[in-house]
Amino acid sequence: MPSLGADMEAGTLVEWLVKPGDRVKRGDIVAVVETQKGAIEIEIFEAGQIERFLVDLNSKVPVGTPLASLRTELEAHPGGAAGVERPGPIAAPISPISAPTGTRRPPALPPLPISPRPGVTGRLRASPAARRLAEGKHVTLSSITGSGPAGAIIYADVARHLGEIAVPSARKRAPGLDLAAMRTAIAAAMARSKRDIPHYYLEHQVDVTACEQWLARTNATRPPDSRLLIGALAIKSVALAARRFPAFNGFYRDDKFEPAAAVHVGFAIAIRGGGLAAPALHDADRASLDELMTLMRDLVQRMRSGRVRSSEIADPTITVSSLGERGVELLYGVIYPPQVAIVGFGKVVTRPWVIDGAVGPRSVVAVTLAGDHRVSDGHAGALFLAEVGKLLQEPEKL
Amino acid sequence: MSNTGIRGVVQEELSNIAPEADLARIDPAADLREALDIDSMDFLNFITAIHHRLGVDIPEADYRKLITLDGAVEYLTARVGAIRS
Repeated sequence: MPSLGADMEAGTLVEWLVKPGDRVKRGDIVAVVETQKGAIEIEIFEAGQIERFLVDLNSKVPVGTPLASLRTELEAHPGGAAGVERPGPIAAPISPISAPTGTRRPPALPPLPISPRPGVTGRLRASPAARRLAEGKHVTLSSITGSGPAGAIIYADVARHLGEIAVPSARKRAPGLDLAAMRTAIAAAMARSKRDIPHYYLEHQVDVTACEQWLARTNATRPPDSRLLIGALAIKSVALAARRFPAFNGFYRDDKFEPAAAVHVGFAIAIRGGGLAAPALHDADRASLDELMTLMRDLVQRMRSGRVRSSEIADPTITVSSLGERGVELLYGVIYPPQVAIVGFGKVVTRPWVIDGAVGPRSVVAVTLAGDHRVSDGHAGALFLAEVGKLLQEPEKL
Repeated sequence: MSNTGIRGVVQEELSNIAPEADLARIDPAADLREALDIDSMDFLNFITAIHHRLGVDIPEADYRKLITLDGAVEYLTARVGAIRS
């Protein structure tokens, strides 16, 4: 049973995709394991013949338990001599090919290699999409140079090797990111969210004229390096509201809600070419706007170049998704499990607005909340969202 | 710095932000945010880079003058000229 994350202690073997006697090669998917993060396909990193299963289907076993024994090619034909009966467990040299739901790993980054069994060195790191493409085209991965994290071979590397652009967006892909793998992870997480989380939605029209005026005054005296964007104010306001309303900040796991002690705001970042990730801005409620802005700029740059840290992927306790100055006026988010809330900011628009009995033009943004009904109700959600709106009336205090 | 030189700097910094774009094929009068799919953070990074490269101050109020390639070149040529003279 491979470790599929630092917090995993055990997993349940739910399906074998091979049977004793089958010959397998490195990269074959041999089993499906169910963890609290969802079903994960297990691939094998050694060629050989499956000897026998050591774990029964649907049994939950601790990490490190051998799942099956494998007779390797080397053992079958050592120096051309007859096979030696020295079956080894396949628990160690296997690794997940995808961690689809509620993953605490970077969706685009292949997992760190699980310690290879003694004598097995230099295992090739490659994304599942890369392996499938290579297999389909009958090219060996060892002939390809990887450009992914830690030299991992990603889909684009195989596509480049084949001299073809395999997907229309390949040209737009940021280096070091496997957008095909990212899309798979997004799809799995969002499907789980829509399946498991009873969402409710609220919308609040917020006058952000005060924010814009304060930003214009503040930025007027600053060089571009230290200017603030309205997105930083949005994130800070949500972080402060989340601290005051803990039912929107935390994780729903094992059939119960675990409020988080800290507020780590997941900041949705669009990846050029069609990707999305929402890594954490740690302790966003305690960071100053300047600190938050620096963190955001750094995070966007690293996310887009595929150098995000695992804690940033694992830690968000609530997510903020903002459409920025382009796009449309309203965004209803899909909660990223195991989180329980996502706040959406639409485009800022100029609207006729009544202030002190008179109509005048104001800058208005629609702020939405998608909340998890297993944890909170619309009443609490409305108070939370109203708090975000109130906080944005006094940007100088954020 | 010549108008051509400034255009080169602008194009280079835009291609750092949108590496996949073919800037030669961008309409010089088109809104860069639309043409290159750049958001406010990208645009701020572009302004920051230009500020460092050319040594000109670009107040936030002037951002709208830089949202097309031609507009940016014209604005920056005038600002660089003002510094030199």
